[in-house]
Amino acid sequence: MPVTDVQHDLDALTLTITADFAAPVERVFAVYDDPRQLERVWGPPTYPATFVDHDLVPGGRMNYYMTSPEGQRFYAYWDVTGVSRPDGFTFNDGFALDETFAPNTSMPESRADFTFTATDGGTRATFVTAYASADDLQKVLDMGVVEGSTAAINQIDDLVAA
Amino acid sequence: MIEDAEDRADAWFHALADRTRRDVLRRVLAGEHSVSALAQHYDMSFAAVQKHVAVLERAGLLTKRRQGREALASGDVEAVRSVTAMLTELEALWRGRIQRMDDLLAGE
Repeated sequence: MPVTDVQHDLDALTLTITADFAAPVERVFAVYDDPRQLERVWGPPTYPATFVDHDLVPGGRMNYYMTSPEGQRFYAYWDVTGVSRPDGFTFNDGFALDETFAPNTSMPESRADFTFTATDGGTRATFVTAYASADDLQKVLDMGVVEGSTAAINQIDDLVAA
Repeated sequence: MIEDAEDRADAWFHALADRTRRDVLRRVLAGEHSVSALAQHYDMSFAAVQKHVAVLERAGLLTKRRQGREALASGDVEAVRSVTAMLTELEALWRGRIQRMDDLLAGE
């Protein structure tokens, strides 16, 4: 099991996921460094992500959209705030209005902090995401994360059953 | 660490294992109270009452908001349950992402 720990902090509204991968730190970082690989892990299977701009450097912009099963596109972006190659990076994940990728200021941004550390067997990855309020969290879930989550759960179930 | 229903239950029962905290919770579930108003009900220092409020807050059984110089506390079991559910939904998304990452890394 790659996920080794999950912490919900109800006061800080953060979700901290720890995962262990059987691959070196450089390889794990490379997944995020390559838009084609990143697309395979970011969007849920039923809402695949497409990165149209990819610039994983401090101050860089990553523009992407997810496509619903009905073909509807949900535009979003990462504003990269810091990169420490290959130990991790931080960014703000927000929603965009349309294909211009102008931020949708009525929607919340979450802050993300990804850290990769070498272990005996490979890499320990720590993914921290933070929201400013419970309202923000609810808005994000209302945007379709729920469908994504359901798909992800089903995927895990299939995997376990196989 | 609040990892699953059992851990959450531990945090709740720990918070509720103290009679002062149970009393504080009864009061704030009935309505919003400032921490200083709560402190007047107990034969202990303001700081001690603040600590009890903090334990309940950490367990998610009450919420605090600031109004001027006062901290107002209210019981919020329902809200906390829903926030937990929200974080659990996000967790499911993340488990999917990490599973796919694992598959990607293993597939080489």
